[in-house]
Amino acid sequence: MITDNGFPATRRLLLQGAGLVALFGLGHVAFSAAPAFAAANDKYPEDAFKQKSDADAIKALYGRTAEASDKVKLDAPEIAENGAVVPISVATTLDNVTSISFFVSANPNALAATYKIPAGTMPSVANRIKMQQTSNVIAIVEAGGKLFSATKEVKVTVGGCGG
Amino acid sequence: MASTIRVRATSNGDITEVQALIQHPMDSGFVKDAQGAVIPAHFIQELTFEYDGKAVFVADWGPAVSRDPYVKFSFKGAKKGDDLKISWVDNKGATDATVAKIQ
Repeated sequence: MITDNGFPATRRLLLQGAGLVALFGLGHVAFSAAPAFAAANDKYPEDAFKQKSDADAIKALYGRTAEASDKVKLDAPEIAENGAVVPISVATTLDNVTSISFFVSANPNALAATYKIPAGTMPSVANRIKMQQTSNVIAIVEAGGKLFSATKEVKVTVGGCGG
Repeated sequence: MASTIRVRATSNGDITEVQALIQHPMDSGFVKDAQGAVIPAHFIQELTFEYDGKAVFVADWGPAVSRDPYVKFSFKGAKKGDDLKISWVDNKGATDATVAKIQ
């Protein structure tokens, strides 16, 4: 099922190839006249996951900035006693939602998870993420080609990234 | 071998609510073991839920998703007794898949 080593070099090459395709895909989004959305692509957004700051990760994932909206309901604990497991959920009353993403500003890499929401799927996601330290958590909802965000600070007593 | 994926999909006639729990270490690559050696990153990158041949929900995950990840979402258009296909692939190329009956 899951092996820890001994993967052939070809697989690594394939993964790198996928990363390159993702990069080219993002470039295409940035330069195309018609708005296309990176998060709507099928490719894994490798580049966005590598960005350190939330602003860079949002830019790499969506190629634009978000505006705060009270229609994005971010549910996160005030205090997380265990940073390794922080339950976070988001729901929105916005229409035409195509993706939902979660960012933790103070994590080594800000982007934690991004979800594609096809037509017919509710714009609501719950998951559990790791937080290294007390930080803002940002939820971004992509709706009708625009980005809307909600931010909440979560205080972390025991970090979930360090050893 | 038992599946790494546990899914509960329940329909109320209109909306199907899906909860999934997957066994996976989700190692971030930032943690050291008892000997001080870095545990290499090992995490699920993509988790896909398919209904009737179409993706109804796709998760792209980084290493900041918690160990043994949990996710919940809901979608329209399915009914009781239908199949929901779930599959994941991690950063080492390992995969697992299962099919759940909507209840």
